[in-house]
Amino acid sequence: MTPKTEQELAEVIAGSNGPLRIVGGGTRPIGQSDGDALGTSQMRGITLHEPGALTLVAKAGTPVAEIEAALAKENQRLAFEPMDHRALLGTTGEPTIGGVVAANVSGPRRIAVGACRDFMLGVRFVDGSGNVIKNGGRVMKNVTGYDLVKLMTGSYGTLGVLTEVSLKVLPGVAQETTLALDGLDDATAVAAMSAALSSPYEVTGVAHDPVAGKTLFRLEGFADSVAYRAAELTRLLAKFGQLVELDRPRQWQAVRDVVAFAGQPGDVWRLSVKPSDAAALVAKMDAKAVLYDWGGGLVWALTDGGDLRARLGDFQGHATLIRGTGDFPVFQPEHAPLAAISAGLRAKFDPRNILNRGLMQ
Amino acid sequence: MFYQLHGSGFNQPRTDLPYGKIGIVFLPIAAKEGIHMEMPAPSASVLSRKDQIVSRLKAVLPDAAVISDVMETRAYECDGLTAYRCPPMCAVLPANTQEVAAVLKICHELDVPVVPRGSGTSLAGGALPTADSVILGVARMNDVIETNYADRYIRVQTGRTNLSVTGAVETDGFFYAPDPSSQLACAIAGNIAMNSGGAHCLKYGVTTNNLLGVTMVTMDGQIIEIGGAHLDAGGLDLLGVICGSEGQLGVVTEATLRILHKPEGARPVLMGYDSSEVAGQVVTDIIKAGVLPVAIEFMDRPCIEATENFAKAGYPMCEALLIVEVEGSDAEIDAQLALIMEIARKHNPVELREAKDADEAGRIWLGRKSAFGAMGQINDYMCLDGTIPVSSLPYVLKRISEMSKEFGLDVGNVFHAGDGNMHPLILFDANKPGDLELCEEFGAEILKLCVEVGGCLTGEHGVGIEKRDLMNVQFDPADLEAQMAVKDVFDPKWLLNAAKVFPLDCSAPRRAA
Repeated sequence: MTPKTEQELAEVIAGSNGPLRIVGGGTRPIGQSDGDALGTSQMRGITLHEPGALTLVAKAGTPVAEIEAALAKENQRLAFEPMDHRALLGTTGEPTIGGVVAANVSGPRRIAVGACRDFMLGVRFVDGSGNVIKNGGRVMKNVTGYDLVKLMTGSYGTLGVLTEVSLKVLPGVAQETTLALDGLDDATAVAAMSAALSSPYEVTGVAHDPVAGKTLFRLEGFADSVAYRAAELTRLLAKFGQLVELDRPRQWQAVRDVVAFAGQPGDVWRLSVKPSDAAALVAKMDAKAVLYDWGGGLVWALTDGGDLRARLGDFQGHATLIRGTGDFPVFQPEHAPLAAISAGLRAKFDPRNILNRGLMQ
Repeated sequence: MFYQLHGSGFNQPRTDLPYGKIGIVFLPIAAKEGIHMEMPAPSASVLSRKDQIVSRLKAVLPDAAVISDVMETRAYECDGLTAYRCPPMCAVLPANTQEVAAVLKICHELDVPVVPRGSGTSLAGGALPTADSVILGVARMNDVIETNYADRYIRVQTGRTNLSVTGAVETDGFFYAPDPSSQLACAIAGNIAMNSGGAHCLKYGVTTNNLLGVTMVTMDGQIIEIGGAHLDAGGLDLLGVICGSEGQLGVVTEATLRILHKPEGARPVLMGYDSSEVAGQVVTDIIKAGVLPVAIEFMDRPCIEATENFAKAGYPMCEALLIVEVEGSDAEIDAQLALIMEIARKHNPVELREAKDADEAGRIWLGRKSAFGAMGQINDYMCLDGTIPVSSLPYVLKRISEMSKEFGLDVGNVFHAGDGNMHPLILFDANKPGDLELCEEFGAEILKLCVEVGGCLTGEHGVGIEKRDLMNVQFDPADLEAQMAVKDVFDPKWLLNAAKVFPLDCSAPRRAA
């Protein structure tokens, strides 16, 4: 089923006994849920782009590529740099903005400017009873009522099916420069990344690839400003080694999409952690390979299978199984009081439990 | 809207409250008692059990932390929205999360309404008590729990004031970005409840974008931990919906906040134009050029005139004045300001003034920072907080000016132009019968206009009681139902701050249940 309008979608949901499996572009099959596929791809199109107000509104099934192209024409972009999961997950199809929002997908620039959820201004969605609901709007400052925009972002279609989203966009940049340190061990690399992030030089990407032995720092902005900050950062990080400018186009796309793990056998985990805990956690993982992003706050791990969480024990943060299967939950189990609240919210928004049943539990 | 009555003593430190140093509280001012904002009738059952309730609370808190004397509870009768006031049944000032949990457990068991309170600076009546409520003030809870520069966060108790969060880290070069104008007095608890903004959120975002985790006590006394030093939620984004929920989902007692290294420097430029349309176009052109200033502030002629008479900042007399501030090293600031001034010149400014040093920067900001005080010298005023799409600015200003003539009340406009958050200040005379009502009616019309052009009722002050009855203008019944369903989950008995945010007729079945 691929309804063409929000109203049609509402009728489909209201008239269905479920379960329904919500599909955007089908490029991010994270976790499992049963049921008939309910697709959003026919609800597409940019409904508003006001470059001077830094806002864009699009129907949920709009391809991300279409949005990025429209923004590029005005020298603007989705600053949270949404990851493209296709290479890593071996999927085909066209990533949609609804899918990005439903999974709160962000990339390396998240550490500097915020996640998808931080750029979300408004949503329209159909809940599990077929009610059409709106929240937020298309203006940048809005505290009118509860922020269901945040609640919907990252809810993986378990509270409702998104039909339209509005986003804050940002200007593109004149220049991007990547500097690298060589041969640091993980803990030292995290310390170097923390030093960069704790400086006033506004690095917009900080990643560490232990396999390649490179720790990467990205600067963006007007050319003179980038040159100035590159020099200052080089001075600041001198105790960690000599920063060298890298000339690798698509370097950050490779980090964003974790292309190093694409086509490699094994499970892929994504962990959000306290950066200074990262190296010690990685040491417990028994992973085949890891990639650190967000200054160590985001760790990608490629493993031979098994329950990674069991190896880590209790830690601050959460781990999601992005690729692979096993006898353990895909999403990080919540502590009992939070699990009860989340279950309560699902029961309110989808009382018949028909939308992506069981996906986040 | 919030009300400033002419010539009254705002923002004065109080020394007559329990526990001496609980910061600065807005002094109640010569007010009119409960004008015409409807509040639910207090529960006779709760009021009749006051002695029992107070003694139960005293069993879990030090005696001095429970305030039940009728004269003393008046200290909590209002917040920054001083036109409305109602002393609570009693007030409690717990010292830690466990005491908050003990208080809520008792109130939950005895079905007593609770109104959480930070520093009481809400401009929307967010901390306005009901006569049958317990005010739960977090003012004694103001410790820094942990500071971590490597991971760039600070963890504080939420009674701590906004400015003193930055105060705790600034000697090490860091700051906490959200900067509401009340930052000297307002508490982090209230910032989280209202998702407060500030002048610099164009670049740094508002509270929700800088909040990493909380310890919260739910109405039944359960202590829950959400988020922490890591980013984003592993499950549903509960932190996202708690922030901005106006104290209706739980009492946040501790918060993990993102801190950033201070920029190397910041400098403003001032520009004046003959029309607000042109000024609006300048804002758009700056944003489209790819510069992202930290602040773009706008003032119209009535505000400029008032400010000049009051603060003598040397502003040009014109229709629209912009202050644009950028950050970075000296050279970076020079480069950005050069680009901004080039755009500004193309639109024939009547004045274009770049700050060359800190002194000149201070003078450029002086007028803007004294704008509210200056308007208060002319008359009493009501301050609105709607947001509009930036592109609608000329139309909205034109309509406000037309309505100003229809209502016979003057308006000055100050606003954060980069993000469309307007603060129209409507002048009225509180001593003239009917003037406040007329002013409120005018204010409501302006907010409806904000919604009509695609904006919203409140950009950073919150709904509280003040915009509560306008919520139907922006939301359909199903939209409000979905929001209230969230409260059902966190607070099934609807005891926490329940008379706020939702129109009373919408929430009545739940509050009565």
